[in-house]
Amino acid sequence: MSNEVQDKVIEIIAEQAVLDVSDVTPESSLDDLGIDSLGLVESIFAIEEAFDIQVPFNANDPSESDFDISSVAAIIKAVEGLVAEQKQ
Amino acid sequence: MKRVVITGQGAINALGHSATATQRAMAEGKCGIGPLELRDVERLSIRIGGQVQGFVAEDHFNRQQIALYDRFTQFALLAAKEAIAQSGLTFSGDLSAETGVVLGTAGGGVNTWDENYRTVYEDGKNRVHPFVVPKLMNNAAASHISMEYNLKGPSFTVATACSSSNHAMGQAFQLIRSGMSRAMVTGGTEAMLCFGGIKAWEGLRVMSKDACRPFSANRNGMVQGEGAAIFVFEEYEHAKARGAEILAEVVGFAMTSDASDIVMPSKQGAARAISGAMKDAGLNPEDVQYINAHGTGTAANDKTECAAVADVFGTHADNLMISSTKSMHGHLIGGTGAVELLACILALREGVVAPTVGYQEADPECALDVVPNEARDAKVDVVLSNAFAFGGLNAVLALRAM
Repeated sequence: MSNEVQDKVIEIIAEQAVLDVSDVTPESSLDDLGIDSLGLVESIFAIEEAFDIQVPFNANDPSESDFDISSVAAIIKAVEGLVAEQKQ
Repeated sequence: MKRVVITGQGAINALGHSATATQRAMAEGKCGIGPLELRDVERLSIRIGGQVQGFVAEDHFNRQQIALYDRFTQFALLAAKEAIAQSGLTFSGDLSAETGVVLGTAGGGVNTWDENYRTVYEDGKNRVHPFVVPKLMNNAAASHISMEYNLKGPSFTVATACSSSNHAMGQAFQLIRSGMSRAMVTGGTEAMLCFGGIKAWEGLRVMSKDACRPFSANRNGMVQGEGAAIFVFEEYEHAKARGAEILAEVVGFAMTSDASDIVMPSKQGAARAISGAMKDAGLNPEDVQYINAHGTGTAANDKTECAAVADVFGTHADNLMISSTKSMHGHLIGGTGAVELLACILALREGVVAPTVGYQEADPECALDVVPNEARDAKVDVVLSNAFAFGGLNAVLALRAM
């Protein structure tokens, strides 16, 4: 399951950043990858669609959201948590 | 007051994917109206329209752009590209700060509304793409043109139903004439040919099932079209100083409100707009050789419009030509006046008056020279372009050959 989530999240972020999947590492931040605020909300939409989950993200104040977007690894971890929680 | 000229034109509609192709088709009296190709067309009772054929968004825009560009924005960007390239203008410094974009559209991103209503109502989904709002908003097309060409001056979108484009171009004209801007990008765009867009019009029962036949006694309603036309309006001395090719001069504009009925046209409101545009331009009735009619092909519009022209022009009404090119490209609603301005420029520059095609039977209530079925060669120095909208909002432009 874990690898499945990781692979899918990286695929979504890579598509948004117009990069190869191999160029998106867990340590990368969205800034590093050149994803702006519109790209971020589009990525979150794609994640919600792919995993059939609700992501608690507020674009007005991302730091207040209960969803860590500080790095690709943090996003993967958060998505894993949401999948586990919302698929019970 | 500054003089205002047109130095660039661009278009995409049922008659072609450029202003040049559109004008050639108008000169040939070609009809771009045909069977509609769209989802659920079998549930519509109206199945014809002036649809843009052979247009593939992916040929012009990348995936990220398409995520943000509704069809009406795509049309506007393509037409703007042609118009601005022809003008030869590039925008930086003071010119960039003065130049804005004023467009007309009645519906904005109708396809985006339609698709996303399907998603939540028909498909039962509870989530839509995050760009739905920036994609459907009426000002999206104007904003994307401003971003693409660095246009930082007055920019906005006018929505006055079928008069939107003429009102928009009138604003651009006045901004330059008053000295506020030396150049403006203006025109209109509409993309309403989707299931919901046509279903709504069906409700009014003013649509034809077979053809748009303006002024013909057997006319039976309007036919919708889609597309855009965009122009570069420029202050005359600025255009002359840089040796730009001038397509025509915009010499007058007037707008009136009927203040009477939400759908029925008024002869007085139309007549006041026509005579107002001539007064604004300092023209006498005898100066006008051609009128591009609003000419929707409905019973009400065409007889009212002819009566208004007869009132304003008196005996000269019998000497002038009046045609409706909606018979060829359909009614582009908020974009229609812009595409019709191409017929005006064709008459002024090339001496070719676009016809009213599909004309079959004379109507005593439309007893003017409607240039039936075939274009006509004529020397044309002054034209008017009429637009009379639902809601009784009228806007008429006057143009002169250079």
